Amino acid sequence: MAIALTESAEPPAQVPELLAPEISGRSPWALAWRRLSRNRIALASLVLFLLIVAVCLAAPLYANDIAHVNPFASNVTGTTIVNGHRVPLMRQGGGVLKLGETPIGPTWHFSHYFLGADQEGRDVMARVLYGGRSSLEIGIGSAVLCCLIATVVALIAGYFRGLTDAVLSRLMDVIWAFPVYLLAISISTVLLTNSAGLKIGPVHIVASSLWLPTIIIAFIYLPYVYRPIRGHVLSVSEKEFIQAGIAQGASDLRLIFSDILPNVVSQVIVLLPLMIATTILTESALSFLSIGVQAPNASWGTIINDGQDLLYTRPWVAIAPGIMIVLVVLALNVLGDGVRDALDPRAKLRVEA
Amino acid sequence: MISIPAISEMPGFSSRRVRRRVVAAALTALALAAAGCSSKSAPSTSASSPAGHRGGVYTILAFSNFGTADPAQNYTLEEWQLLYDTHDGLVQFQRVGGAAGNKLVPDLATAVPAPTNGGKTYFFHIRRGIKFSNGQVMKPSDFVTTFERQFTVPGPTTFYNGIVGASACANSSKTLKCDLSTGVVADNKNYTLTIHLTAPDPEFIDKLALPFADVVPSGTTMKLTGNSVPPGTGPYMWKSYNPNTEAVLVRNPYFHVWNPLAQPAGYPNEIIEKYGQTVSDEVTAVENNQADEVYDGDTIPPDRLNELNSAKYASRVHINPLTADWYWAINTVKPPFNNVMARQAINFAANRAAYVTIAGGPSLAAPTCQILPPNFPGYKPFCPYTSGTNFTKWSGPDIAKAKQLVAQSGTKGMKVVVNSTTDSTGKALAAQMVSDLNKIGYKASSVLLNGGIQYPFVQNSNNNSKWNITYSAWYQDYPAASDFLNVLLGCGSIHPHSNASPNIAEFCNKSIQAQMSKAEVLGETNTTAANDLWAKVDQEVTNQAPWVDMYNPKQIDFLSSRVHGYMWNPQLYILIDQQWLS
Repeated sequence: MAIALTESAEPPAQVPELLAPEISGRSPWALAWRRLSRNRIALASLVLFLLIVAVCLAAPLYANDIAHVNPFASNVTGTTIVNGHRVPLMRQGGGVLKLGETPIGPTWHFSHYFLGADQEGRDVMARVLYGGRSSLEIGIGSAVLCCLIATVVALIAGYFRGLTDAVLSRLMDVIWAFPVYLLAISISTVLLTNSAGLKIGPVHIVASSLWLPTIIIAFIYLPYVYRPIRGHVLSVSEKEFIQAGIAQGASDLRLIFSDILPNVVSQVIVLLPLMIATTILTESALSFLSIGVQAPNASWGTIINDGQDLLYTRPWVAIAPGIMIVLVVLALNVLGDGVRDALDPRAKLRVEA
Repeated sequence: MISIPAISEMPGFSSRRVRRRVVAAALTALALAAAGCSSKSAPSTSASSPAGHRGGVYTILAFSNFGTADPAQNYTLEEWQLLYDTHDGLVQFQRVGGAAGNKLVPDLATAVPAPTNGGKTYFFHIRRGIKFSNGQVMKPSDFVTTFERQFTVPGPTTFYNGIVGASACANSSKTLKCDLSTGVVADNKNYTLTIHLTAPDPEFIDKLALPFADVVPSGTTMKLTGNSVPPGTGPYMWKSYNPNTEAVLVRNPYFHVWNPLAQPAGYPNEIIEKYGQTVSDEVTAVENNQADEVYDGDTIPPDRLNELNSAKYASRVHINPLTADWYWAINTVKPPFNNVMARQAINFAANRAAYVTIAGGPSLAAPTCQILPPNFPGYKPFCPYTSGTNFTKWSGPDIAKAKQLVAQSGTKGMKVVVNSTTDSTGKALAAQMVSDLNKIGYKASSVLLNGGIQYPFVQNSNNNSKWNITYSAWYQDYPAASDFLNVLLGCGSIHPHSNASPNIAEFCNKSIQAQMSKAEVLGETNTTAANDLWAKVDQEVTNQAPWVDMYNPKQIDFLSSRVHGYMWNPQLYILIDQQWLS
C-alpha cells in the first residue's frame, strides 16, 4: 500500500518525456503465466509431467531400438542375457516339487529386461512406457473431452436458464447420483464385455479401442465439471456488459461464445490438470479391474494387475507402474494448484485470509 | 468361478468345463489300472485305520462359496466334496486312494446290477435300517422323490432324461410337478427299486454315482432349497451353510457303516469350509496351521507356488494328474479354419511348452495333442503335431510344416480372432495363441470376455462369426471316452442358437460319428473292443484338428501339518473325512 501511494504521488509531468516507457497493458494470460513462472514448485511439477510424457512417447524407441522386444507378445519360452549368460525368461520352481514358473527379475540393464519380465515373459520396462502412453492418452483425452462437453452444456444451461437449465441440470444430477466407480464399472462391464464394442449410428468403437475407456471416464465426470462452470456462467451472464450486449441485439451464440466463454475459460483451465490427475487414477482403477484398457494393450493399471500375483517374488512388476501413477498424479495436482493461484490469485488470498 | 445364476442358465453340460467345477462319476472300467493318482496316495481304507484318530475340526479355506446348496442343482466340486460325506446314492466309487478308486461299489443298493431288458432296466435291492440325519427311515420311494426333483428343480444337466416319463417333466421347473412313477418304481414292502429307461444307456450306472442322484427324504420340497441342504444318510450332516461365511458339517447321529468301501465312518468331528479369503491368504493360513486345506490349489499365485517348493512343505503338498483337457476349440464352420489344413497348421505351430509354462510348468501340466487324457478308457498316446519323428509325444512345434500347410490352404494373411477370458491365465493363453498364429502368417487379435459369460458366449452359434479360436477346458464327469469325444465333438452335441452347445467347434464328421455310435453300443458287451474303437476315433478326430489341445492339468492339494492319511481318489479327489488330525 505504501509503495502504491509513493508511485501515485509522483507527478507524471516530472518524468522526462523522452525517457518515459511506453505503457502497454498485460493480458490476463500473460499475468497468469508470470505468476505461474514465479511458482517454482508448480514449474517443477510441470517439468516432471512433461518429462514423463516425453519418456512415455519414446516407448517405441526403447522397445524397438534399445531393448529389441515386443511388449505385447507372449514370450514365455524366450531368453535374455544376464551377466553375459543367456538365461530363460521363466525359471521353473526349485525343490523337489518344482512348482510354478517365475519370470526373471530386474537386470538393471537397459537392453536386457531392465525391470525384468512379467508372467507372460514380456519386458516390464517397455510395458510401463507403453502403459504410460495409454494411461496418459486416456487421462488427458477424457479430461479434455469431459471439460469440453461440460463447458458447452454449462454455457447453454447457465445462459438460457429456465426449463433448459432445469432439464440439463437434472440430467447431470442423475449422473451425479451414482457413485463414480460404481457407474464406471457398470458402463465398462456392459461395453467392454461386448465383443462388438460400442455402436452408435455410423460410429463403431471396437471393445479393445482406447476410445471406450476415454468416453466412459469423460462421461462419469461430466457433472463434476459442469456444476462449477454453470455457477460461473450464471454469475457472468448477470454482468452489465452482457446486458449491454443483449440491448445491442447481439445473438445468443455471440454472447455465449464471444462474451461469456472467455470469462469462464480460466475456471476450466484451473480444473483441467486436476481432472487429468483424477481421470488417470480412474483409468488405472478400471484397468486394474480388467474393465479399462484391454489386452494386449497395456496401461499402468493393467500392469499392476499383472504384477499382483508376483508381489512376493517380482515386486517391480507392480511397483514400477505404481510409482509412475504417483508421480504423474502428484505433479498434476501441484501444477493444478499453481494454475489456480496464477489464474485466480484472489482465491489464494481468500484461502490465506 | 462362475456364479450360480450363470449355472442355472446353462442347462446341459455347460458348467463342466469350468476348472474344478466338475468332478467325477463312474465306470467300472478297471482298464484304468494306471489311472492317475499320486504316488503319495497309497490305496487304503478307513476300515484299516485306528478308531483313535477320531476327533477334531477339519477346516477348509475357499475363496468363494459354491452357490446354491441344493444337491439337485449344484454342479461344483466344492460342494460335491462335502456331499460325498453327507449323502449317498445307489452306487458309489470305492472310497479309497489310487486306481482302486475307479471301481463302482454298491452304496444304498445291495449290489451293482447289470441292466436287463436290452439295457433299459436296472433293478436294485435297497438296504434296510438306514436313517436320514433327521431320523426319518430311508425307503425306496425316497428315490422317486430324488429323481423327480431332478426335473422340478432347474438343474444344469440332462443326465437322467432317459428315464421313462422324464420327457413329460420338461416344464416341471414351472409346475413343480413331475411324475416318474412309471420310470422309477419303488417297492417299499420288498425294498426294491426298478428304473426303466426309454433307450439303453451304457453310462447310466455311472451317472447314478453322481451327487445329483443322492437320495433325499420323501417330503422334501420340490422347489430349489437355496442355502439349505436336505437331509442325507452319510456320516455327517449339514449343520449350517452361510454363503458369506462358512459351511459346517457335524456328525450324523443316525449313521452306521453298511459298506465301508462306499461310505466309511469319518475321522474329524466337524468339517468346516470358510469363505472369503484370498487364495494367497489361504496359503498363509495353512502354512501356519491355522486351517487344514487350501481349496483353491489350482489358483495359487505364482509367487506363493514358488514358496511351496520349500523342503518344509514337501510332505504337505500333493500333486495328482487330472483326467481333464485344456484346449483351444477351433471354429470349423468359418474361414480360415473351415479348411482342415489351416486347422492342422495351427496345431503344428502351437507352442505347447509355452502353454505348459503358463499353467505353472511341467509339475502342474503335461502337453498333449489328442482329445482323450492319459489313463482314460480308450487312451493311446498319439501326437501327429510335433517336430521330430516320435508321434506319441509332443516334443516341439514344427513351424516350417505349419507354414507349408497355411500356404497350401490359401489362408495366409487372413484375420483370426482369438477368444479367451479376462483372468490372468486366460489372458496369457490368448497372448500365446496370438503369437503362434502370427508366426505362421495370420493376422491375429484377441477378444477377452469375463469368465462368467465367455463359455455360454462361444457355445452359442449366434456368436460364431465373432471368433475363430476359443479357449476352453473340460474335466471328466465319469471315465468314459464318450464323455470327451461324443459330448464335445459329436454331431448330436451341436445345438444351434443355444448357450448349451458343448461342441463349440461345431465339428461334425458323419463317418467318425458312426464309429462313436458303434463304440457306445459295443461298450455294453465288450469293453476292450469298445476302448480300441474309441482309441481309433480319438486319433481320427485329432487328425481332423477341431481343437488345439494344450495340456492335461494336475491338481495341487496343500494341507496343514496336522493332517494325516491323505488319499487321492481319481473320481472323488481328496477324501476329506478319511483324513485325521493330530
